[in-house]
Amino acid sequence: MINWVNFASQAVNGLVLGALLALISSGLTIIYGTLGVLNLAHGALFMIGGYAGYVVYGFTESYVAAVVGGALFVMLVGIVMERVIIRYFYARPHEDQILVTFGLGIVFVEVIRFFFGSLSKVVPGPSWATGITPLGFMVYPTYRLALVAIVAVALVVLFFVLYRTRLGMIVRAGIEDSTMVGALGINVYRVFMVVFGIGSMAAGFAGIVNAPVVSLTPDMGEAILVQTFVVVVIGGVGSFPGAILGGLIAGEIISITSMFDPGYSYVMLFVTMTVVLVLRPYGLLGTAGRE
Amino acid sequence: MTKRNPEASRFTRRTAMQVGAGIVGGAMIPPGLSLPAFAAPAPLGTWPEGSAGSTVSIGAAVPRTGSYAAQGEDELKGMELAVQHINEGHALIKKISPKTTKGVLGKQVKLLVADSGAKPNNAVQAVQRFIAENKIVLMTGSTSSAVAVALNKFAEREKVLYAVAISGSNDTTGKDCARYSFRQCFYGETAANAIGPVLLKAFGKGKKAAFMTPDYTYGHTVTKSVNDYLTANGGWTMVTNQVSPLGAPDFSQYLTNIANSGADVLVNVNWGHDAVLSIQQAKQFGILPKMKLVVPYQVPFLAKEVGADIMQDVYAATDFWWTLEDKYPLAKMFVEAFDKKYGYKPEWGANNAYMQFAIWARMVESAGTFYPPDVIKAYEKGEKFDSTVGEVHFRGADHQLVRPVVIVKGKGPKAMKNKEDFWEVVEVVPGEPLMQKPDAFGCSLGDYT
Repeated sequence: MINWVNFASQAVNGLVLGALLALISSGLTIIYGTLGVLNLAHGALFMIGGYAGYVVYGFTESYVAAVVGGALFVMLVGIVMERVIIRYFYARPHEDQILVTFGLGIVFVEVIRFFFGSLSKVVPGPSWATGITPLGFMVYPTYRLALVAIVAVALVVLFFVLYRTRLGMIVRAGIEDSTMVGALGINVYRVFMVVFGIGSMAAGFAGIVNAPVVSLTPDMGEAILVQTFVVVVIGGVGSFPGAILGGLIAGEIISITSMFDPGYSYVMLFVTMTVVLVLRPYGLLGTAGRE
Repeated sequence: MTKRNPEASRFTRRTAMQVGAGIVGGAMIPPGLSLPAFAAPAPLGTWPEGSAGSTVSIGAAVPRTGSYAAQGEDELKGMELAVQHINEGHALIKKISPKTTKGVLGKQVKLLVADSGAKPNNAVQAVQRFIAENKIVLMTGSTSSAVAVALNKFAEREKVLYAVAISGSNDTTGKDCARYSFRQCFYGETAANAIGPVLLKAFGKGKKAAFMTPDYTYGHTVTKSVNDYLTANGGWTMVTNQVSPLGAPDFSQYLTNIANSGADVLVNVNWGHDAVLSIQQAKQFGILPKMKLVVPYQVPFLAKEVGADIMQDVYAATDFWWTLEDKYPLAKMFVEAFDKKYGYKPEWGANNAYMQFAIWARMVESAGTFYPPDVIKAYEKGEKFDSTVGEVHFRGADHQLVRPVVIVKGKGPKAMKNKEDFWEVVEVVPGEPLMQKPDAFGCSLGDYT
């Protein structure tokens, strides 16, 4: 299956996979970069976004309503999670943060399983993006192509919030040195809550826009979480552009490797992560000392 | 002080009583009659402790999380129903195990359950705990052959019987077979030999096939068996084999390769949610209905989850489908009892689990003891008995049940008579001719003790 047609097809597919990974990873990296909390419930938030959208779709039969509803619901979950539990863990060791978010992830998955069962659920795509689109060298699902545009818009919005607003400035300053930001009289903890909400929303948004290409199961976040970590490590922990670059690289590696040997497509992802860690321990766009 | 070492004190007390009873008994019973007591076999595995009381326990490690969770839940329901039926002496159990009254050898059966997540390590740990803490007399579980193979070896080591749940790998009763393990369900080789002729008849000779294979023992052996049959008998060629890990979050890269492969037929060996997702995405990529889909090892709930329209005219090999109730009286009893309790028609995983427990009850009753080697020998006798798919028997040489394979075809939404009427039974293929020679896959059973 090694030929130019298939190579071009896999390159397109890698872009689509990568775009989605970039979006999920950006949420994880913003939270980690600002708050220093490694959120192992991020995969579960991705999953909740899908289910929340599924419920909204059930009532409204509107894709747009499902996306908005799903994303906002997960933001709310993120904010409540931060207020009730996470904020008590900022000062505690990473091990504690990992354990509490890991535990929350399990709770979320089992709560969803309790209400929805293990049988998968389907959210249909929007009517304007059904069917397949001929690309010349192959036909490709229209919605997956639309997904690239949707994710691109979302990432641009995130970019503006982070780089062109006062809030974004504080967040970025917080990533560099939260003690200093606090010393300047800014209520860092309120900012932290907002950041956690935005990061969660990115996961939830990704969960619902991804829902039409997969079918929802309570466990769907688990495999995504692992890939997201790889993306963040490749791109540079805490770096927003790094998450995007890492996502695209990961997507292309998964896709193009499968052309040579499908059995290695996920293996090569970890090989790449290892190589990056050896050559640039802080990731491609990360900077030393953020940790 | 008294609490400090309860184990030791209990042991001492029991030993004292045994010694006491021995002295008193020995004095009272004529020498000739006391001989069998001394000839009793040495303790083995959880025997005799596990069956010393009024109840015996079965330990099940089923996937309740992960890609096979939905199938695990269905399987678990089959186990629960079987335990209930065994304990109350239900008519269906008596058809399979005529000596059963209530319970097994008069002892009530208790089912202990743990989540395996379809991971071998988790399954072995769970069962290990059941053996240590509950002295289970039978272990079960698996919807993944990786788990089945691991539990095979574990059963052999611990000398506790293992009733294989869902496992489609040739290795389970092939190179990884075990003296302490028994499989009821169909597997790669029988699936391939049963569905092969149907596929050649439906699609013709000389076709190009793309395979999707989960990357573990089940996937590799099923793909090999199916491909071998189609290549040797129909001159088919495998144009691509897309191997993916269990639980892959997306199948797009594999489907892109398949879309560019020029195949006529897509043989999807993926299982559980992986099968659901890969088929749904194959539809999104326009691969279906362009290529013909074949599912050589049917997945419980598959048609329900992906939709009857996608599954229309799709051929699959399976262990059991509920409309067999029209053909087999025991199937009718099973489907009715299951539907009454759980509100839906049982899938084949539930049937497999039910049958495994019923067969075990039969074999223990037949042996008249829970002593594992005697129970194993009862299985190995190869007596014929009735099941939900007609008369079946075990093959002593590899512990595989000789049973028919059911070929089904997706009905499509219009032909469905009710919301669970997904498949039409095309053929019930007798089992014996489908099977390889017992040693063809390298089975060598271990020791009894």
